[in-house]
Amino acid sequence: MTARDDVETNQVGAVSLTRAPIDSAPIIASARQGEDGAVVIFDGIVRNETRGRQTLYLDYEAYEEMAVRQMDELARRAQSKFGVRHVTMVHRLGRLQVSESSILIVVASAHRGQAFEACRWLIDTIKKTVPIWKKETFVDGAVWADGEPFPDGVSVDNTVVADESSTPNLI
Amino acid sequence: MMVKVLFFGVLKEWLGAAESSVELQEGATVAQLIARLNALRPTPLQRGIAVSVNAEFASAIQVLHAGDEVGLLPPVSGG
Repeated sequence: MTARDDVETNQVGAVSLTRAPIDSAPIIASARQGEDGAVVIFDGIVRNETRGRQTLYLDYEAYEEMAVRQMDELARRAQSKFGVRHVTMVHRLGRLQVSESSILIVVASAHRGQAFEACRWLIDTIKKTVPIWKKETFVDGAVWADGEPFPDGVSVDNTVVADESSTPNLI
Repeated sequence: MMVKVLFFGVLKEWLGAAESSVELQEGATVAQLIARLNALRPTPLQRGIAVSVNAEFASAIQVLHAGDEVGLLPPVSGG
């Protein structure tokens, strides 16, 4: 699945990757319906520094097919966990300048408590599990961001590996 | 059997490429693939990576099949 500019809808909401600047106003407008009493928005923007180093720009890449699948699952989980009606998530890939948006999350629900909680959970969980990575270019060099450790049971401990003569039963 | 291995983020620099085809014995596991990859380079893969098979998270003991697409995923930094 390749990154695309359009927004795809599913039962719970709309999840997509894009290489274009995120145009938030129409996305927010299309998320609300008559039964909603609250719309909570998270706009993640590129900061101008990381740990004192001045940022020039960020490059985001993704395992796109898996990232969309994971984001879709998170939207469904947010609905069942928090009871919100609609979730939109758009993550941008490619080169982003300082102050541009890397991610927009829009949650619409009948009540504000669930919308706030769902939105917080979504950004916190995306940051730990969705296969998207950023490389930061500073004034004095470029590095891949360290990344969040995967939750328990997700990473493979590759110091415990079988050699070629071992059978799977020994692992 | 052949599997396709995708390297993401900083791991592209570890291998020097974004992807590689690897020949494995039938019934090989994710762990055995990692052992094979580690034998190719002077330093082993970093700890804390996740592995996907056909775009789903996989465990070290998962058995691979011909044509599988395996992703090596360093700790993520999206959002």
